Amino acid sequence: MKILIALMAATLTLIVATTAQAFCGFYVARADTSLFNRASQVVLVRDGDRTVITMANDFEGDVKDFAVVIPVPTMIEREQINVGDRAIVQHLDAYTAPRLVEYHDPDPCMRFEKMYNMAENDAALPSAQKELRRSARSRGVTIEASYTVGEYDILILAAAESKGLIRWLNENGYKIPRGAKKVVDSYLRQDMRFFVAKVNLEEQASLGYQYLRPLQVAYESNKFMLPIRLGTLNARGKQELYVYALTRSGRVETTNYRTVKIPSNVEVPEFVQDEFADFYRAMFEKQTKQHNERAVFLEYAWDMGWCDPCAADPLSANELRQLGVFWLGRQGGRESKIMAPQAQNVFVTRLHVRYDSEHFPEDLMFQETGDRQNYQGRYVIRHPWKGATTCDLTRYNADVQKRQEREAQALANLTGWDIEDIRNKIPFANDGAPEPEKEPWWKRLWS
Amino acid sequence: MRLPGTRSFLLRDPRYYQIAVLSSLLLFGVFVLDFGIHWQNAVVIVATALCVQYLGSRYAQLPGFNPLSPLITSLSLTLLLRTDELVIAAIAASIAIGSKFLIRVGGKHVFNPANVALVTMMLASDHAWVSSGQWGSAAIGAFTLACLGFLVLTRARRAETTVAFLVFFAALLFGRAAWLGDPLAIPMHQLQNGALLIFAFFMISDPKTTPDSPRGRILYAAIVAAVAFTIQFIYYTPNGPILALIMSAPFVPLIDRFMRGRHYHWLSRDALSGKQIKGAIR
Repeated sequence: MKILIALMAATLTLIVATTAQAFCGFYVARADTSLFNRASQVVLVRDGDRTVITMANDFEGDVKDFAVVIPVPTMIEREQINVGDRAIVQHLDAYTAPRLVEYHDPDPCMRFEKMYNMAENDAALPSAQKELRRSARSRGVTIEASYTVGEYDILILAAAESKGLIRWLNENGYKIPRGAKKVVDSYLRQDMRFFVAKVNLEEQASLGYQYLRPLQVAYESNKFMLPIRLGTLNARGKQELYVYALTRSGRVETTNYRTVKIPSNVEVPEFVQDEFADFYRAMFEKQTKQHNERAVFLEYAWDMGWCDPCAADPLSANELRQLGVFWLGRQGGRESKIMAPQAQNVFVTRLHVRYDSEHFPEDLMFQETGDRQNYQGRYVIRHPWKGATTCDLTRYNADVQKRQEREAQALANLTGWDIEDIRNKIPFANDGAPEPEKEPWWKRLWS
Repeated sequence: MRLPGTRSFLLRDPRYYQIAVLSSLLLFGVFVLDFGIHWQNAVVIVATALCVQYLGSRYAQLPGFNPLSPLITSLSLTLLLRTDELVIAAIAASIAIGSKFLIRVGGKHVFNPANVALVTMMLASDHAWVSSGQWGSAAIGAFTLACLGFLVLTRARRAETTVAFLVFFAALLFGRAAWLGDPLAIPMHQLQNGALLIFAFFMISDPKTTPDSPRGRILYAAIVAAVAFTIQFIYYTPNGPILALIMSAPFVPLIDRFMRGRHYHWLSRDALSGKQIKGAIR
């Protein structure tokens, strides 16, 4: 997808918060994209042939080292490019992230029945740009357009063949990895252009941002796809990619790779609350392996109008418009930030893929389906009753103990963690009850 | 080892084998892999298809009611059609079987039943779609073997369409990769597609909706492959083969006019007249 020149490092944060009670349990924690290093996030707004793509990344090096080269299916005009707001992508990430919820056992002794802020810069071409054009022509590269948008210098390049393009890019500070020639050739033959962007240091200084804002491009093309092949050339191993698709009718899936639902609604031991990040990483790792590293995972699919439980509020109509949801009409200033549960005509799909060239040889191709069934990665912890007791708890404790054993097994299955380690972390409710039947040591020896 | 009983049974009517393969695939898909198919859809589609076939047989005054063809149609339809509404599943099954009785040219039905139902529903409703990429590689491998087994068992009788389509389509994919300079992994990956296999072995293969002469069938397969490739790799629209089949259907009566051949009957005399088979049946 993109070529980032410097190493990226991500801080690992886990936001733990408690919010209002909801039907699907108390929301405890979420596994957002900051769990994974080198994660790119792409928001794809799509309806008919119209696409708005927002590209955010966790680049944390020196901005002067930042550059992206992205194949695009059409010529891009100045007004089709925008610099977006990183906070909105973060909000979308938080809203769609897999979540941990908790329930508290009731008192067992009670009886129960059962794109618009562009810098103006259209004056005569400065001499530096004329020079750029000259050097480009000599390499057989056509700079179809060059724009400065926000803190980015952007060029739209077309070329007759890859050799000149790659040499020109290398000469101009875009370090293109070896092996790129074939892929670039392939894209050129498919009539794709190259969208290249670098940070304009002066603009960046005058704008005063400490981080890079996401780039947005709007275009019309029947290709509903994400070019990932250039990204696989970097010898940095597997890449982590999140795609948030915002569509009018329903869930988005890949047509040339399997889209698999991430396991959900699993009850896990209480201690997962403190290790949710580790838990999710281990589970994702195991799931990828289980599907031969060739699957795209569905982490969230929901109508944007509501959520239950909410890892974050749904995005407001204004935020959605900024992400490029063009079918939402402009609204007056009366809009409240917290949405009432109303249909917004926006369906969000969150896909998570870990890819490399061996397992994902082809670009990701998508299609919009009519499926509006809500889906979320949701993990549940149940706290046993810890309050005062007024009756004999033998039966309750035996039940809890069985449940805890089930939870331990579920966790071991999901993550591949050692069952004994898991059991050691669980405060079993064995008040008067017999010890849980331990499975023999050889039971999981070869499984 | 010889299994004369099984062999004759399968040879007498290849549809038994097709039904066995499709239903095991469906069971595997629903209960083992998560294909996104609900068992309710399968029940509704099969029941509707059988009802419509029964009514159609009476309307057309056919000698009897044969459930084999509508079963194959409904199984293919269940495997390919995704919908969250049972009504759509029922309408699709009705269109599939109904089209056999209502849209006929020169004594043959024009459209492949499952195909016409899929395309109509995809165009008419937002709630119908085809998930072509939802098969794991293990499922594709097993399914490919089962399909090849079918070719061996029937000695590729009437299988020109399937083989020719796969050969032409693969040639176009490899040709594209060669022209683009792409690694071979890309066309290989494009061919490993469950929906493509169902299409090649259970849809385009339908002898009732393909030309009567062998040369005609090969020509037809080439047309479908070219149209499918154009849709998928020039217009970048998914489900190329399925759309291509319905677009190419009008060529069948045309090809039949210029290349004469014999109409196909499932229990044809030549299927029963071979010495070996005769012996086996006895």
